[in-house]
Amino acid sequence: MAVATRPPTRPGARERASSSWELWTWFFMRISGIVLLFLVLGHFTIVHLLGEGIDRVNFAFVAGRWASPFWQTWDWTMLFLGLLHGTNGLKTIVEEYVQRPSVRVALKSMLYVSTLVFLLLGTLVILTFDPDQA
Amino acid sequence: MARLSERVGTAYRGGQGQWSWALHRITGIMVILFLYAHILDTSLVAFGPEFYNRVVGVYHHPIIRLMEIGLAAAVLFHALNGIRIIIIDFWPRATQWHRQMFGVVVGLYVMLIVPAVYFMGRGLVEEMQQRGWF
Repeated sequence: MAVATRPPTRPGARERASSSWELWTWFFMRISGIVLLFLVLGHFTIVHLLGEGIDRVNFAFVAGRWASPFWQTWDWTMLFLGLLHGTNGLKTIVEEYVQRPSVRVALKSMLYVSTLVFLLLGTLVILTFDPDQA
Repeated sequence: MARLSERVGTAYRGGQGQWSWALHRITGIMVILFLYAHILDTSLVAFGPEFYNRVVGVYHHPIIRLMEIGLAAAVLFHALNGIRIIIIDFWPRATQWHRQMFGVVVGLYVMLIVPAVYFMGRGLVEEMQQRGWF
């Protein structure tokens, strides 16, 4: 059996966060996690489980959804929070496993640049979507 | 025989704590990699209905259907275990019951993933039958 160990989270641990930025990202992960839980599970249920599931996904299906500002906002929020939540998760993993500073900087730079590119691409696609194009 | 952690001096202590942590990482990586792919495939709506419909035609393929089920399995675990993490973070006394809480996560997971796999599995079986795979 496991010996008695100190639980990883102790009272007062929050006050000892290394910087206010780290504390802020810690907080962001919790808040965005809760919001994403509803957005992603809702999206998954509607698009993948109801009706014919992903059999019905085509251009007309996307056009029907993005005709409504409600679903545009839903999808964009999911894009934004999902990317930032995932990026911060990957950043944590890089910092924990990659010890050489040069490799660390390179990986984190790649991560941040791709996050920015994906965010711009996704935003552009939602905003410029034209349902009438032939 | 001594536990692995005693023999090699690792910080990993096994049990629900370590496994939930490891699964949270693995499912998190799976979900963010999927998100990158999903931003790219959805951005193809910008090329119009003919092209987009041809691309999403691959969603019918049984391999994609299996990946869809894998995605649901990963997202759902990450979501439920995330709630457990948030509860413990904001209410550190909950660490006393962390084993029971992980039990609840597993119980809810099974309750929700079984119907989800049933709905998606039907589509998968149909696609396989149409292809004459069995």
